[in-house]
Amino acid sequence: MDTATIVSILQKSAPDVSLEAATAIDQPTLVVPRERLVDVCHALRHEPELDFGLLADVTAVDWWPREPRFAIIYHLACVETTAVGAPKRLRLKVLVPGADARVPTVSEIWPSANWAEREVWDLVGIVFDGHPDLRRLLMPDDWEGHPLRKDYPVQVAVPAKVAEPLQLTPEQFVANIEASRVRTGPAPSGEAARVPARPPGATPSDEGGPA
Amino acid sequence: MPELRTQTMTVNMGPQHPSTHGVLRLVLELDGEIVVSASTTIGYLHTGIEKTAEQKKWQQVIPLVERMDYLSAQSNSFGFALSVEKLLGIEVPERVRWIRVLLAELQRINSHLVWLATHGLEIGAVSVMLYCFRERELLLNVNEMIAGFRMFPSYIRIGGLREDLPAGFHDAVRAFLDRFPAKLDEYEDLLTQNEIWIRRTRDVGRLSKEEALALALVGPIARAAGLPYDVRKAFPYSGYETFEFDVPAGTRGDVYDRYLVRMEEMRQSVRICRQALERITPAGAYDIQDFRIVPPPKDRVYTEMEALIQHFLLYSQGFTVPAGEVYVPVEGPRGEHGFYVVSDGTNRPWRIKARAPSFYACQALPPLIVGGLIADVIAVIGSTDVVMGDVDR
Repeated sequence: MDTATIVSILQKSAPDVSLEAATAIDQPTLVVPRERLVDVCHALRHEPELDFGLLADVTAVDWWPREPRFAIIYHLACVETTAVGAPKRLRLKVLVPGADARVPTVSEIWPSANWAEREVWDLVGIVFDGHPDLRRLLMPDDWEGHPLRKDYPVQVAVPAKVAEPLQLTPEQFVANIEASRVRTGPAPSGEAARVPARPPGATPSDEGGPA
Repeated sequence: MPELRTQTMTVNMGPQHPSTHGVLRLVLELDGEIVVSASTTIGYLHTGIEKTAEQKKWQQVIPLVERMDYLSAQSNSFGFALSVEKLLGIEVPERVRWIRVLLAELQRINSHLVWLATHGLEIGAVSVMLYCFRERELLLNVNEMIAGFRMFPSYIRIGGLREDLPAGFHDAVRAFLDRFPAKLDEYEDLLTQNEIWIRRTRDVGRLSKEEALALALVGPIARAAGLPYDVRKAFPYSGYETFEFDVPAGTRGDVYDRYLVRMEEMRQSVRICRQALERITPAGAYDIQDFRIVPPPKDRVYTEMEALIQHFLLYSQGFTVPAGEVYVPVEGPRGEHGFYVVSDGTNRPWRIKARAPSFYACQALPPLIVGGLIADVIAVIGSTDVVMGDVDR
């Protein structure tokens, strides 16, 4: 089923939507205005001639610094052999500006969108209006920023922590070994007892994530 | 007598639970033995492969994606290579297509063997685990033979294969294919009519066809529920339309049917492998021979200046891919698996996104286990065959 047929069927149920066919080499692709996304998706799912029952994936592409910055991509498929024109695939695209990165959720139409949209929110920072549970999914809850955005730093510049080189005098070296031995007598005292087992500054830091 | 008061108990299962196939955390609310509610926490294996890939040249992405679904490495690289090849507008030679199909089917058997081994082990059929790993060893030997690497061969490349098949490849694969069907019968002898196995799996974790489709569980789980969708049949790639094989489907959509479907899939994979092996000539083209994309053969690199320059250019600058976007699904061992690849016309991907079947299987865990017994949680997780590296990427 080609893009023109899908558009003509869609026009019947939602005549006022401006649908734009995009060029893609692999499957029909439609650009849908954000305001009418839910209507179009509803028709795609429930219109008997379309019957796109499978939302295979939801993702987003960050085109920073270009505008509109984000493209949210929906990969649909119709896999029921009884449906018209099956099997068929369709890609939906919603373009949103960087300053207002939000789209309505489609998780009520396809329950599989629930986690997929959470992942997009987590990694690209698109807000899905009306989503039942829009929390981070892959990154920790207290993570700052959205890693798959193009302005997210790839390698965060954190000052390198340099450990003090371990320099021991022969006496300290011997004393260190002595101190680690299991003793039955009284504890050692004096210089040898104060030699740290680990050089100062070599403790691993648990600070992670971007500055 | 005072009225007895009951309350639910919250149990934390994982992240390091041996039956969670990686690091998956489940918080279960139990009323006695019944699971009242469940919530899933994932992300422990998130390694940012999609972000890392944006910094790499196209060819360098292959080893990265192979580490996503680490039990079916070649299903990842197959999908990725197909997507990029479609963007490049190139067609690999027929021989390469057959070799890829053969490797993909061996990979499916390999992955299903690990699934059966761990699934059996978790339900209590410990000997099945040893039997499956015995045969898997042979498949890992095949991987070692073609690439020197047992888990992540990186043998499938954009534009073809890394190098030609080694001597003895046909014999090794044929020996495996001759041996394996009898071994499959052996596994089935242990399980299919086994009273304990049936009682642990029959009517456990049931899922209807409609639910499977709504939750995007296309693959063995949906087929066990009676949705005979297989990417190899519906959207053929790499010449699958020329192979004869059947797509098994169940009716009840329970753990037992998923077991039956995967066992039959292994038999069908053997069938495809035999056909593919027939078609693969011992020597021949193993890539597209377009030295803008694949490196020239080593003997020419060592003897010809032009080839050396081309080799050097390819490994220092890579190649550019025309701007565009493409999504080519393949049928991985866990279902529809594919890569959405976006290029801006440079030598690095602008964005890649894996359609990870385990991700959706993991999303569907709470509806599958709520209402069942806590002992069945293990059986259900095993039957969905989630690989956490694929879930978290």
